[in-house]
Amino acid sequence: MAYKIKASDCTACGACEAECPNNAISFKKGAYAINADLCTECKGQFSSPQCASVCPADCCVPA
Amino acid sequence: MANVISLDSILGVGELKAPAEAPPAAASGCASSSCGSSDGPADMAPEVWEKVKNHPCYSEEAHHYFARMHVAVAPACNIQCNYCNRKYDCSNESRPGVVSEKLTPDQALRKIMAVAKEIPQLSVIGIAGPGDSLAAGGKNTFKTFEMLAKKAPDLKLCLSTNGLALPDHVDTIANYNIDHVTITINMVDPEVGQHIYPWIFHDHKRWTGLDAAKILHERQMLGLEMLTSRGILVKVNSVMIPGINDEHLMDVNKAVKSRGAFLHNIMPLISDPAHGTHFGLTGQRGPTAQELKVLQDQCEGGAKLMRHCRQCRADAVGLLGEDRGSEFTIDQIEAMGEVEYDQEAARTYREHVEGERAGRHAAKAAAQADVAETIGTDVQPILIAVATKGGERINEHFGHAKEFQIYEVGPKGAKFVGHRRVDQYCEGGSGDEDALGGVLSAINDCTAVFVAKIGGCPSQNLKDAGIEPVDRFAFEYIEESALTYFKDYAERLGQGAINAREGQDAVIRTGAFTALRA
Ligand code: SF4
Ligand code: SF4
Ligand code: SF4
Repeated sequence: MAYKIKASDCTACGACEAECPNNAISFKKGAYAINADLCTECKGQFSSPQCASVCPADCCVPA
Repeated sequence: MANVISLDSILGVGELKAPAEAPPAAASGCASSSCGSSDGPADMAPEVWEKVKNHPCYSEEAHHYFARMHVAVAPACNIQCNYCNRKYDCSNESRPGVVSEKLTPDQALRKIMAVAKEIPQLSVIGIAGPGDSLAAGGKNTFKTFEMLAKKAPDLKLCLSTNGLALPDHVDTIANYNIDHVTITINMVDPEVGQHIYPWIFHDHKRWTGLDAAKILHERQMLGLEMLTSRGILVKVNSVMIPGINDEHLMDVNKAVKSRGAFLHNIMPLISDPAHGTHFGLTGQRGPTAQELKVLQDQCEGGAKLMRHCRQCRADAVGLLGEDRGSEFTIDQIEAMGEVEYDQEAARTYREHVEGERAGRHAAKAAAQADVAETIGTDVQPILIAVATKGGERINEHFGHAKEFQIYEVGPKGAKFVGHRRVDQYCEGGSGDEDALGGVLSAINDCTAVFVAKIGGCPSQNLKDAGIEPVDRFAFEYIEESALTYFKDYAERLGQGAINAREGQDAVIRTGAFTALRA
């Protein structure tokens, strides 16, 4: 149960990183990635996955 | 003084002459535009003039003398605009795309120090993206400003935002002494807004349609009011989108004026399918030069209009209309090592401009009074395109110009009304016919073009197109020359030697402004 980032569409803007309530997103080796161990899909925290809601490229998707 | 001389060579104006001698005290009050839209000290409260006089974006006059620099430290955004595709450079909101260089706050600071050393005209540091400067909590933006305020306290700070997150940050903005903020406001009616913004991200949710536009509108108005009530100068940018918000921008103008906006800058939509934006793909066109000017003229008298905006990129460096960004890439800056900030050169330059300015105001007023007296008021104003590198002088060759400044001159005086980008006609020595066609269509509504120099062939082409090439004012001041020309033009018109050039329009060049300094 986690989200992932489709690297090919990512614009590397970092908007998702700032919104994630669990610090699951970080910039590594030139790309943003979600740590599946930390991602909760925002359940119990927000009504929608924050990363997917803010992403301009619609590239945060269920893993 | 050595400094000043080298600065002149940067500007390419040769030796800056002492201003023409002061005219006999202007007898007739102010019949002229210097009381209206030109931004001299006369029509501004002293504390406001103090804030804007060296800011190239806020003062039309300062943009001839001072340089600004944008640092691209804010890639994240919190809304989607139909004229923007984050993957590519956005020409509307000065946003370089993902392929462009993004800076960390540390890198930004080093870049600023390096540029300040090379370009003493630098007076303003702005953060305009490439996303929204206040998205993602504004973290990088404020970090950069914090370091800058310590290292170079005499540089002015400004930021641009879409306004969504603005109300949350007004206190921080005030604390960092950021005294200029630009908000992009394209509508004051959600019905209009829904055609411009497909969604926003606010309060941990993605909103779409009318809801999105309504929230954005309310946050923009709130942010604007909060800023102006704290005495922070606000410039409003609007993108003119024909058929969507063109007429509506008059309402925007009134709404922002009533909330204390200092300047309103109406910019043309730049739309090209190749940019991959929603508007680009749906074939939404941008306005023509005359459509833009007509709208700007209709808004005159409302919030003060700014017509010299170049829609420059979030990583632009230099005087308006030039971009020296490529001289300062991360690699080049890393190679420079530690650069110390030198306030001295910048101070000398600012003092020098101060002296020049006093004389300029007087000389302009005199030239205007002369025209008003000799030709009366019934001659229609004309447009003149000017090739300039800055310093308010006609000091660029026709073939080297990457833009033309457009002046409207008539019995009421000469005023700057806009600029037109062009592809350089002459690159590497030989004339390029395609580029010449582009220049002709870009200035097709002008009666004359003022240049420092021009070749015989393009000169003939201009004449054939009905635009008079004029090089007899080479290196003179623009406004005085325009008035002198107008006087002569009015006489020729009166004798029937020439016809007025009416009903022409011109084309606004699409594509990001990336011209580099020659
Ligand atoms: S779904 Fe929520 S928890 Fe998971 S990465 Fe996105 S923002 Fe973080
Ligand atoms: S918000 Fe989307 S585009 Fe931006 S860094 Fe995250 S995944 Fe990439
Ligand atoms: S984008 Fe417009 S407001 Fe910003 S620096 Fe350029 S001219 Fe000034």
